[in-house]
Amino acid sequence: METIKLVYPVEGGDLIEAGEASSKMKLTLKKLGLPQEVIRRASICMYEGEINMVIHADGGQAEVEVDMDHILIRMRDTGPGIPNVDQAMQEGWSTAGATARELGFGAGMGLPNMKRYSDEMSIDTQVGQGTTVTIIIRVPQA
Amino acid sequence: MTVQALAKALSLTEFHLAEPERQVLGGYAGDLLSWVLGRARAGCAWLTIMSNQNVAAVSLMADAACVILAEGVQPDPDLLRRAQEKGVNLLGTAQDTFTAALALGALLER
Repeated sequence: METIKLVYPVEGGDLIEAGEASSKMKLTLKKLGLPQEVIRRASICMYEGEINMVIHADGGQAEVEVDMDHILIRMRDTGPGIPNVDQAMQEGWSTAGATARELGFGAGMGLPNMKRYSDEMSIDTQVGQGTTVTIIIRVPQA
Repeated sequence: MTVQALAKALSLTEFHLAEPERQVLGGYAGDLLSWVLGRARAGCAWLTIMSNQNVAAVSLMADAACVILAEGVQPDPDLLRRAQEKGVNLLGTAQDTFTAALALGALLER
């Protein structure tokens, strides 16, 4: 299988409509016949990234690469950046506002969930410039 | 047990049954969406009082078997629309979350 590259724009501002990019990716991964648990882990990571981009960065872009043995998801935004990554990685730490919390977000679980469900994760962030979160999920070989 | 059998056994309101034959493998109760994404297992019946349309996306990503809105909560029109579009099983009960979870647990243990 050749590497399949997918790009999903993430609209900023509207948390109610968030999840479109993740839904589309999930559908594509299903069509490609990837294992159910791999699809679930990738979908959760992508959704959390999407929500983060909507809440904190007014949107961004998700690039997905699907290969025989792994899925790579790179989520880029040009938002405010993360001043303290260690703090952001702690469960329960959140700077999300009241609107996000009213909708059930802002529990401080976004990045920790991405870490939990990925095999590799890296965060490249600069305050005032933006953030790129890259995760890799390995596909177990039969 | 299938979602349809569960809905019948617990007299749940069927707001939308997209996949009635989906197997229910367990349960999860929670309203913080990221917490649910982090903790709920695939195939669970998810009990919540959240009724906005993000519930459909979270159910889809977490691969829940169904969502059960507790406490008589009605789905927002956007949630119902999204459940229909995305194929999410969306049910409801007048019971509070604790009582509904007890009933669900007893049923799944049978």
